[in-house]
Amino acid sequence: MWENLQILGTAPVFNVQLLLNGLTIGAVFALAAYGLALVWGVTSVKNLAQGDFVMMGGYLGYELSRHGVHPIVAIVPVAAIMFGYGWLIYRLIIRRVIQLDLFTSLLATFGLAITMQQAMNLAFGPDVRTVKSGFGRFELFGGMVDITQIRVIAFGLCIALAVAMILFLRKSRMGQAIRATAQDPRAARVLGVNTDRVYAMTFSINAAICGAAGVIIAMIWVLQPFYGIAYSVRAFVIVTAAGLGNFTAVIVTALGLGVIEQYSGFVLGAQFQQATVVGLLLAILIWRQIQLRRHRQALQ
Amino acid sequence: MTRRSLALHLAILAAGIAAPFLFPAHAVQFAVFWVFVLFSLTWDTMGGQMGYNSLGNITFFGLGMYICAIVQIGLVYNVGEYTAATGAIKVDFTDQQYFAGLALGLVLAGVGAVIVAAILSWILFGLRGPYFAIGTLGVAIAAAELTSAWGWVGGGSGIAMPVFPGGPGMRERFFYAACMVAAMLCYLFLRWLYGTRFSLAINAIRDDEDKAEALGLHTARYKMVAWSVSAFFLGIAGALFGNMTGFIEPLETAYPTLTFGIFMVAMTLLGGKGTLWGPVVGATLFYTLREVTWTYLLGWQYIALGVLIIVNVVYFQQGIMGWLKTRKPHWFGVRVEGKPAASAGTDSRA
Amino acid sequence: MKRLVTHSARLGAAIAVALAFGAPASAADDVITLGSAISITGKYSQEGKNASDGYNFAVKRINEMGGVKVGGKTYKLEVKYYDDESTPARTAQLLERLINQDGIKFVLGPYGSGPTKAAAPVTEKYKIPMVEAEGASRSLFTQGYRYMFAALSTSDQYLSPVIDLAAELAQKSGKKPADLKIGMAFENDPFSLDVRDGVVEEAKKHNMKIVVDDKMPRDLSDISATLTKIKALKPDIIVFSGHTKGATTATRQMKEMDVNAPVVAMTHCESAKLTTQFGAASEGILCPTQWAETLKYKDGVFGTAMDYNKAFLAAHPEYKIVPYQVAQASAVIEIWADAFRRAGSLDTEKLRDALAKTEMETFYGHIKFSEVGNNIAKPMVLRQIQGGNYVVVAPTKYASEPVVYPRKAPQ
Repeated sequence: MWENLQILGTAPVFNVQLLLNGLTIGAVFALAAYGLALVWGVTSVKNLAQGDFVMMGGYLGYELSRHGVHPIVAIVPVAAIMFGYGWLIYRLIIRRVIQLDLFTSLLATFGLAITMQQAMNLAFGPDVRTVKSGFGRFELFGGMVDITQIRVIAFGLCIALAVAMILFLRKSRMGQAIRATAQDPRAARVLGVNTDRVYAMTFSINAAICGAAGVIIAMIWVLQPFYGIAYSVRAFVIVTAAGLGNFTAVIVTALGLGVIEQYSGFVLGAQFQQATVVGLLLAILIWRQIQLRRHRQALQ
Repeated sequence: MTRRSLALHLAILAAGIAAPFLFPAHAVQFAVFWVFVLFSLTWDTMGGQMGYNSLGNITFFGLGMYICAIVQIGLVYNVGEYTAATGAIKVDFTDQQYFAGLALGLVLAGVGAVIVAAILSWILFGLRGPYFAIGTLGVAIAAAELTSAWGWVGGGSGIAMPVFPGGPGMRERFFYAACMVAAMLCYLFLRWLYGTRFSLAINAIRDDEDKAEALGLHTARYKMVAWSVSAFFLGIAGALFGNMTGFIEPLETAYPTLTFGIFMVAMTLLGGKGTLWGPVVGATLFYTLREVTWTYLLGWQYIALGVLIIVNVVYFQQGIMGWLKTRKPHWFGVRVEGKPAASAGTDSRA
Repeated sequence: MKRLVTHSARLGAAIAVALAFGAPASAADDVITLGSAISITGKYSQEGKNASDGYNFAVKRINEMGGVKVGGKTYKLEVKYYDDESTPARTAQLLERLINQDGIKFVLGPYGSGPTKAAAPVTEKYKIPMVEAEGASRSLFTQGYRYMFAALSTSDQYLSPVIDLAAELAQKSGKKPADLKIGMAFENDPFSLDVRDGVVEEAKKHNMKIVVDDKMPRDLSDISATLTKIKALKPDIIVFSGHTKGATTATRQMKEMDVNAPVVAMTHCESAKLTTQFGAASEGILCPTQWAETLKYKDGVFGTAMDYNKAFLAAHPEYKIVPYQVAQASAVIEIWADAFRRAGSLDTEKLRDALAKTEMETFYGHIKFSEVGNNIAKPMVLRQIQGGNYVVVAPTKYASEPVVYPRKAPQ
């Protein structure tokens, strides 16, 4: 471990490599976390199937690319299809668990996750799949640091999507309705907001965001029916750390997580990468708890 | 205990004892059934009775498995060497060594699990609701990852367990009996526990924790004890399961969060949480369904499971026992005059 | 309450009875049923499919050729599968079921060293012979199992020839082998860690230094942190083993991050379909293989290795090349057929002895079992991806082409 730290010290250019890799993958995590936070904040449903939505989007993008559609172009139709899928799932499942206790919603989405994973496995097989984006590579610092162009494009897309979401929520009527419902569903209903519609929209928008993230993943990482869980776990970590209300915090936290993961993989070894993510989750939860305890004591 | 209830219990006991003799080829399968019963009973203590839904109870299962393995091997050989050779050294356990190791291993598995539960309680019980669930899931995943990275216990290569002395028939029956006894002891213990004030306390925590604290209940203590009880039995179950399987490794055998870890929850919900018989009924049904779908719906079994969970959770929250209580309250010793009771019987024993 | 329990008890009993008696007998009529618990789902489902495709292909061919003659009677072969979900615990349980409930007396191995490690004690305990070809871990052969026979070469032999080859090439170009540095990453599972042991031992023999030694967790699809380290430390030899997923991720990310070394080797190239998926980016990678279609083996069932290759590809258009996992599975069936013939009986003890005396050539390679069950007559072969094809480069007596060294970074 110390030798690895030494490398970072003596050749600081590799810090740049770790940073770039971390930021670009963090941007994708941000999308997944963003959707999760949205659904969680508005409907209180914690979607354990988030990562599987991402995978499904990825597979749809893969299918489209096999029929000649370039993946970047495919993002739009995939998002649309996933939107419809989200609506369907809302009508069939989510709508009935919203009023119930929070753990029930967790379990319902978990059942959904299992079903989706297996369905994708049956449909696409267990092979690991990727989609070629056809782009090249940027070389910096004389070839010491490499970043594929598609990753940079992906980063840009993620940020663009995030900004679009923020604007949508702030400016459009539906966005306002969503925010109102998140604040107080009963008051919103009293004021004439169709909360059922709002919930459906929120869930479907989340599915669409995940779908877009999935297509990006297909280009920069890999698709496999059972890999969704990795994104679900990271999304939860990010949302737990950043809180529900502040979407910029979600994005920043996500980027931070991506970078931390890269560093831990480099310094400690790749076998600790997943453990680091989970360890962070626990640390955050405990810190939260300590904060709350202080809060409670202050009230007493 | 009513006469009818006693008859029921004895009938099940008789069936349990007879099963491995009537169907000797199924002994290992039936042993897994008892492990499932234990899973749901222990989960219900936390989730059903106390309202703390844990997604990480499987941590104690794996912990017990590993502790027992280390004790069994460590009494005779150097654990580090044994695991480093990944089975490449020839080992020989005498009968005495095996059983002594197993006995001690079981005890330490239970005790070790309790200690870890106590520590985890201190860390995690400040969390509420879904955060607690996610936190426990995180612990289970972390346990799997860290065990994978720990060379002394074999890391990703796992540990080959000592071989059971005695002929083939004996081994199955031994472990079947052990699992059955463990599950029954767990049931009897919980049955007693749910009749004491302790159960009233944890039910109070479930119903409204802040009020319970305001009334002077040391909720932290009760929570820790409840989790320790679950941990104890899970640790023992893990130790038995590890020996039964013969080869253990962290991700799938010891800490299978996405299979056994979730089965625990699904089974209890299916049967009806918060009752004593709910987990048992749920485990029985779930287990049977699983064996049937795994054989005849190959490739689709997880879809069937996922759909089952969804349907159960969305359309059928009260579970089978809950449903039965509303439909046939007189089975539960509740006499209904005129209108049926609004909430099901107060007697949680069948 | 009582009624409910009685009902469920009756139901449970009925199901149990149905399961017990509904299974086909093992060696009745004119069919010999072989049993296998294999990874139909789970993380090894792709490799499990390769293996079951290999089993089925050989069974079909042998049945077409008239079946197996045992004593005076001719039998057709058939395989009963269960899904072990790539989980060792499940493999053991399902084998118990195959042997106890389904009456199977002849077992085909599961996929993977972990599941095979769980399976071996079971077959040993019930004295049921198992022929396997997908569990290569060395530790399987140190327990003195008498009922397990493995057709494949053991895992420690996978990548150690690469180290030897690198030492040889270094010497030829005037460098000292002890100056060579190795950068490696392995998946954290029994097989890959065994492969790693082989590499570490070989490196020690040549006094080479290992500068990067990472273990990839099983659920990870990203090794960029490891590759950054490799870029920083510039080893002369890069070695990866992470099953199919590891090969895919490594090749892709190596290209993306422009990581290269004079010698690059990884396992599972063929099942990862490197040449079709990555084209030029996979050039020059060394791939150990248990079998190559260009090798000059032949037998009476499939003909030469090349004949087998052609026939399998024709029957399975979804494959572009035949991974060795498929070939060795077919070899398992051939070994069983040969043992049935020689034993002249379906008695498990006679079959076990017949298996132990196996000495045959198959399209897959020579088969001869040591006392502890591993195949001592077939070496691992190293191939290199040259011009989009896998070309045998080592050991020299089997080589079709010389090795391309050093590997040039693909553009």
